[in-house]
Amino acid sequence: MLHEHYAVVLLFILFGIFFANLALGAAKIFRPRSNRVGDKGVSFECGELPVGSAWVRFNIRFYLIALFFIIFDVEVIFIYPWAAVFKSLYPALGSLMFIEMMVFIAILVLGLVYIWAKGDLDWVKTLSKRDGNKEVSGA
Amino acid sequence: MSQKLVDSLKSEFGDKIVSVNNSCGDESVLVPGDSLPAVLKYLKESESCEQLTDVIGVDYPERTERFEVNYLLRSIANKSRINVKVAVEEGMDIPTVSDIYKSANWAEREVFDLYGVKFRNHPDLRRILCHHEFEGHALRKDYPIEQGQFLSTPEKLIDDIEYHGGAFRADEVEGEDNPFDLLNVNIGPSHPATHGALRIEVQLDGETIVKAKSEIGYLHRCFEKEAEDHTWSQVMPYTDRLNYVSSMLNNCIYASSVEKLLGVEVPQRAQIIRVIVSELSRIIDHLVCICANLVDIGALTNYWYFYNIREGIYYDIIEPLCGSRLTTNFARIGGLSHDLFDGFEDAVEKHLQKMEVAIKEVTGLIARNRIFLDRTVDVGVLTTDEALSYGYTGPCLRATGLDYDVRKHAPYSGYEDYKFDVPIGENGDTRDRIMVRMEEMYQSASIIRQGIQKLTPGPIALDNASVSLPPKESVYGSIEGVMNQFKLISEGIKVPAGEAYGYGEGANGELGFFCVSDGTGQPHRLKVRPPCFPIFSAFDEIIEGLMIADAIAILGSINIIAGELDR
Amino acid sequence: MEIITKLLTETFGLQLDNTGQLVAGGLTMALIMALVMATCAIVWTWAERKVAGFIQSRYGPMRVGKYHGALQPVADMVKILGKEDIIPDDADKPLFVLAPIIIFIASLLPWAAVPFAPGFIASDMDLGLFYIFAVSSGAIVGILMAGWASNNKWALYGAARGAAQMVSYEIPLALATIPVVMRTGSLNMNDIVIGQQGGIFHWNAFHDPFLFVAFMIYFISSIAEVNRGPFDMPETESELVAGYHTEYTGMRFALFFLSEYANLFLVSCIATAVFLGGWNLPVGNAVVLPGLVFLAKAVLLVLIQIWIRWTLPRLRVDQLMHVCWKVLIPLSLLCLLGSGILLMVSGEIAA
Repeated sequence: MLHEHYAVVLLFILFGIFFANLALGAAKIFRPRSNRVGDKGVSFECGELPVGSAWVRFNIRFYLIALFFIIFDVEVIFIYPWAAVFKSLYPALGSLMFIEMMVFIAILVLGLVYIWAKGDLDWVKTLSKRDGNKEVSGA
Repeated sequence: MSQKLVDSLKSEFGDKIVSVNNSCGDESVLVPGDSLPAVLKYLKESESCEQLTDVIGVDYPERTERFEVNYLLRSIANKSRINVKVAVEEGMDIPTVSDIYKSANWAEREVFDLYGVKFRNHPDLRRILCHHEFEGHALRKDYPIEQGQFLSTPEKLIDDIEYHGGAFRADEVEGEDNPFDLLNVNIGPSHPATHGALRIEVQLDGETIVKAKSEIGYLHRCFEKEAEDHTWSQVMPYTDRLNYVSSMLNNCIYASSVEKLLGVEVPQRAQIIRVIVSELSRIIDHLVCICANLVDIGALTNYWYFYNIREGIYYDIIEPLCGSRLTTNFARIGGLSHDLFDGFEDAVEKHLQKMEVAIKEVTGLIARNRIFLDRTVDVGVLTTDEALSYGYTGPCLRATGLDYDVRKHAPYSGYEDYKFDVPIGENGDTRDRIMVRMEEMYQSASIIRQGIQKLTPGPIALDNASVSLPPKESVYGSIEGVMNQFKLISEGIKVPAGEAYGYGEGANGELGFFCVSDGTGQPHRLKVRPPCFPIFSAFDEIIEGLMIADAIAILGSINIIAGELDR
Repeated sequence: MEIITKLLTETFGLQLDNTGQLVAGGLTMALIMALVMATCAIVWTWAERKVAGFIQSRYGPMRVGKYHGALQPVADMVKILGKEDIIPDDADKPLFVLAPIIIFIASLLPWAAVPFAPGFIASDMDLGLFYIFAVSSGAIVGILMAGWASNNKWALYGAARGAAQMVSYEIPLALATIPVVMRTGSLNMNDIVIGQQGGIFHWNAFHDPFLFVAFMIYFISSIAEVNRGPFDMPETESELVAGYHTEYTGMRFALFFLSEYANLFLVSCIATAVFLGGWNLPVGNAVVLPGLVFLAKAVLLVLIQIWIRWTLPRLRVDQLMHVCWKVLIPLSLLCLLGSGILLMVSGEIAA
């Protein structure tokens, strides 16, 4: 009964939705009605009115990290099945099995070394020097 | 020593010096506005006056050249000071000196804000303490003290680039092909890390601060205007609210400034007690500064290790001594309000020992902590020259490696009789600022112990009927006492006409009071020189190019107390 | 699951077919796990305050409830129930409302594969470990949603930081468990625990040096994964005000809070199961009070996490990334290499 295990997951999702809404519903009964006076609906920016919207094209650093993550997470996904059968297949395949995976990892490590050397792993790549920054702020 | 500066100026500028004056030992020269930059440049380059302490406006409505702007200069190397004065007619302007001394930038803005004196070629002549829509100039004598103005529109600080729905594209910034939006964010006035109400509008590229501009004045409550409406002694409680963390220091330095103008010296015992309570206040201030700074970088536990000590000092020493924790109102012109209570010495010793244990604990938690060092070493570095030019004093200046301490440099209240060291840093980064403060607490403890050793019975107030209030028995028991009390309370202490700049080592740096008296019981002008003000003026420049987290750590380490910043 | 089904059918005498058993058992387990989460929030908020108080030489909550503010969390809950619900005018309403629910579900789901005791696991799936990592990363979506939908700059920064941090630390987190999988030869959580029978030196953490390092990597990464100090980048109350949940109030905020404390316990439970022998005792093969042994270990780990949080300052966001990408990931790859070689050389697996 393999899918039985995953049916439980589905039940968990359903129950999670139910439970979260139960909590929110309970709060709805007890909490006071929102009266929306004054600037209550304004989003918080340290007591000042917000300077425009927060929906901007955000700095690329954040997206780069997400890209690296995908590369490395896929790597991990590939390693997992190999690791799971390593013990049982090792007697048949011998150390070749291990070496193969190490080659696979080595290729990815090469990628890591590349982005490392290129400086893409540094969170703040641009504008980190005060001199370089001066040009921007002076403009 | 200052006489030498005057002579040197006379020989260099000759007849351009309009007049020379000496009031209470402070030399001042009056020069025409147009030759001001030349004079200041000469003083800076040839006479090593590294620092422009403050720019102070004074209003004399009866004169034709109504405003007098005082430039207080200091040479730390030669241990001398001089006051360069310029007289300005209403509507006329004088050249800025903000290109010579960076501290002049904000200081001149303040004079412009409060007096309306315009500074030619000033890079950013906006109001600084009052609201940007404020009408009139608050410190002019003809501005009625009761006239309030209700203003609430926020000022847009960074507006030189057009907004696109709040954010603007970085590729519109010249010479930059970054296709991502810069984001303008207000840090403060209501932000957990701006201890007090400050506002820094920053422009962010990701986490990096591309541009920062700060706005102060949220706590401006017209201390100086109020002072002109009160007698000299009535100002004392207001000084509590300047740096509310170490109010004793404000009390003592204010009192000694007025005493300088009066030309009196308080009795020995009062001086020693002033030193003791000043050093206690310094310890409290440093404790609060360090612990709050550590909270800002996430080390919350240290906060309680220090705060417990601070509260202990407050509850067991300060409160029995003056009846309240923060608003101490302890010093009096000519002495002190009360003598020490019984058991003061033991209480102090007990808490000093506790403090030393706490410092050891906190040092143990942070001094070699890799995360702490990563967060603070080489963050917010300021060189000695920059710091001097910005008018830095106190621990923040000493962290850069210069051992300027008013207590050593120009001893007052008998500091010359105490043995203590002036700790200095190396790099002027955040870590140095914290560690200098740590070490200073040990030194303060040593001074307090020496002071307690020196204590001998004696009067705590000057025996001078025109300065000190008569004792209670005399007020209730004799007609002379009643009259004396009545005159002093209702008319105030008659301070002889003149001007004096009294200063001392506050917890954040040099705290000075520029007192101008016209001979009546009320100050004609009382200008505070808060140590925070010049320190904070450098903040924008320090944080540009760093990250938000760094800005927060630096803001904590320069110890901005909004009460004294905004006055 | 078996225990629950047995309880339902035999003790309560429910007549159920296979599907009915599955649904009833599954829902009961889900309810239990949701209660575990709620208990986590209640117990850990109180414990965190008390431990923090102990570390910081103060008392922590003392007033509500007779014993040391024991009822403080209940009082907090009542307060939160009565809080006004504010959705900012500029917010993206559907996303704003959805985000806490997603985060809650993402932190409920992994509990399905946590083996508290033999037979007491909601879903004894073969992919257990893999499943846990897969579903718990759903929280990243929730955090990004919450931050973006709030239309608040601090929330945006909190969300961006949180997402970057959580995705980054997921890699060392997963990589650190691979040596364990190699040693066990299975991804099934039950099998992993059973494979560690026989005393403390059979526990994965103390089996060999590589696995010990792997355990450390896992532990550090898991602190970062649940956004706790010194890695609390998404919240950083002194920098970002409150991070991604700045705009949330009342019960919506409580769901974030609940998930956060549930996650704290969850990562400790996983560490217990994967590295610290699960319900196995430090000595011998006997299984005594498995549930309690498991809980004791997990609680210990939680306490250590609380201890760390109140001891260390916070890293800066670039330093955080530095630790992950330049220290933990290479190190975990080395562990994988060393552990594999050791497995082959030691002859633990028959050649």
